[in-house]
Amino acid sequence: MTRLLVRGGTVVDETGTRRADVLIDGGAIAAVGEGLRAGDAGRVLDAGGCLVAPGLVDLHAHLRQPGHEEAETIETGARAAALGGYTAVVAMPNTEPAIDCASVVRDVLELAATAACAVHPAGAITAGRAGARLAPMAEMAALGVRLFTDDGAGVQDGRLMRRALEYGSALGATLAQHCEDDSLAAGGHLHEGEWSSRLGIPGIPAEAEELMVARDVALCRLTGAPVHFLHLSTAGSIALVRTAKAEGLAVTAEAAPHHFTLTAAAAAGYDPVYKVNPPLRTDADVAAVRAGLADGAIDAIATDHAPHPPEAKEAPFDQAPPGMLGLETALALGLTELVGGHGGAGPGLGVEALLGLLSWQPARIAGLTGEHGGPVEAGRGANLCVIDPDATWTVDPDRLASRSRNTPYAGRAMTGRVRHTLLRGELVVLDGEAQR
Amino acid sequence: MTRHLLAIDDLGDDGIEEVLRLTESFVEVSERAIPKVPTLRGRTVVSLFYEESTRTRLSFEAAAKRLSADTMNFNVGASAVAKGESLRDTVLTIEAMGVDAVIVRHASAGVPVQVARWVEASVINAGDGWHEHPTQALLDCYTLRERLGSLDGRRIAIVGDVKHSRVARSDVAAFASLGADVVLVAPPTLLPPSLVGWPVEVSHDLDEVLPKVDAVVLLRMQQERQNEALVPSLREYTATYGLTRRRAGLLSDGAVVMHPGPMNRGVEIAADVADLACSVVTRQVANGVAVRMAVLFLLLAAEARP
Repeated sequence: MTRLLVRGGTVVDETGTRRADVLIDGGAIAAVGEGLRAGDAGRVLDAGGCLVAPGLVDLHAHLRQPGHEEAETIETGARAAALGGYTAVVAMPNTEPAIDCASVVRDVLELAATAACAVHPAGAITAGRAGARLAPMAEMAALGVRLFTDDGAGVQDGRLMRRALEYGSALGATLAQHCEDDSLAAGGHLHEGEWSSRLGIPGIPAEAEELMVARDVALCRLTGAPVHFLHLSTAGSIALVRTAKAEGLAVTAEAAPHHFTLTAAAAAGYDPVYKVNPPLRTDADVAAVRAGLADGAIDAIATDHAPHPPEAKEAPFDQAPPGMLGLETALALGLTELVGGHGGAGPGLGVEALLGLLSWQPARIAGLTGEHGGPVEAGRGANLCVIDPDATWTVDPDRLASRSRNTPYAGRAMTGRVRHTLLRGELVVLDGEAQR
Repeated sequence: MTRHLLAIDDLGDDGIEEVLRLTESFVEVSERAIPKVPTLRGRTVVSLFYEESTRTRLSFEAAAKRLSADTMNFNVGASAVAKGESLRDTVLTIEAMGVDAVIVRHASAGVPVQVARWVEASVINAGDGWHEHPTQALLDCYTLRERLGSLDGRRIAIVGDVKHSRVARSDVAAFASLGADVVLVAPPTLLPPSLVGWPVEVSHDLDEVLPKVDAVVLLRMQQERQNEALVPSLREYTATYGLTRRRAGLLSDGAVVMHPGPMNRGVEIAADVADLACSVVTRQVANGVAVRMAVLFLLLAAEARP
């Protein structure tokens, strides 16, 4: 492997922010400091005006493989991730077949070996994600699976969820819940409220999410096992998690970029590109998500990247599948909307805090800290991203690396873009272009 | 003038007035020995009905034919839809045949809005899910004006399953636009979850409402609502919200009873009430053709002129 010098940037990690060059050799960080030299054989990357940060970590991406390669593959999804600054993503198990046993985990890991970012499959909690009996969690954990979830659906049966938490606690596993009470949510396609009523679309009440959050907080208290809450979208859910954390319970939570940038009003034209689950909510919920990101109630920004081919999104609103692309826009939305240094209306989150939400905090939840999200220091694996925080660009669905086009941000002006991404010391993104 | 009629709000206050004014002249045409004018000769109107409908489809077809337009019917059951063709592909295929207007009925809310984004032709919403049924609201307005004169300051009750009713959404918008006060009368389970932005009052007491209104619109009550636990039984619904003979007696003189059809006699409306003089149900159907002529004329005839 070549020696590489990232020169003139500002290093940002969980230890703080400082001007430093980063010397990479043999896939690892060799030195960090001012005035470093690449040596004769080395390549120099100019990072002037840029942030040099640990690679981003996405806790929640649907890479669709195996089973729905028309929407995305591990190769295309990982490329999109790398372009978004990610060096690791957790792949959701709602594939076909579901990632619910060792053999499917092995298939995914094999497909991921040459991908542009590290791909860590999450395992299903229940066999076939059917919510009836436990999946073989131990055999998946033996292959390195740390997060388990039936995402796409919540585990409806409280007793089964309790058993899963108890069983998983011996495996070092974290169970991640898609909180949705089916009895309240069934048949809904949009947040229940002003817009669902006006548009005549069956609604999903906020309480469908909040009831399961409340239940799983109680189960966390009962079992002592950690619970991670996926894609929280309502003010009530976030308040429940904040209270649980104050009590000292082992709960963590994530929120998706669309839940701090869009509301149900976006669906006024019935474009299914704005259909997602949990649904886009209200202005008050968006404000609560932003407040939760700022005060630590929410630990991570996770994309819930959910590709669907164009024909699937050209169906009637109530027949189209839910989900939006996220990997290539999450960082820029955070910089534009949350940091808000460039005309954004964000709560003024610091860049360090934003990168914590995108990198080292999710890395801890996924159990990846040894490889991803750790401090930029000598001896660590060189999984890094170089971000130009002032670059402006406009989202063009046709120029995304994802195999699908279902971004709700088409035409939206963004500030902040990934310039380079390094995976184990290799440039997988150079000057904004994918190299793998 | 709008190119499409997807929702009542597309017309604006002036547009509604213009439709009603044109309807009057088309009512006159409909009463002629040969109820036909050459206005839309050479134009093609296609009916794209994804949901069962008799009266609305026939009414649009009659309207188009009386304006001398060529009409085509897209029969969903026998079409490519049954072979898995997407909505967008079906619509683009039809447009490629050269059509000037597409009349869309679909069980899913918003489909006419989506279709309008994909085609150059004018799109007319003939009912989409729970969303809107604008021509029904226009014919309701026309029928009410025949009986009541101006709707300004009039009080109109809409009774029943508002939540699942496209007629109610269009009626509320149209009645309010013409200055009427609207009161929704229904159990809370049959009202939309939110009424933010709706220019309405709400009541759960039909007996109290009836003496004060100039018109009552009864909505169709479906059997499946009791299976969804929205009402305990149709029997209880009729007892609390049905327009029984006794309740019809609470109406003031000259008050009008309307129903968009098809009626469930004995559920939301007693069989004999449907046939009372105050009921204008068949008049609604007759006016429906003229209203739809007016809409087709407005959307198509302006550009038809050389």
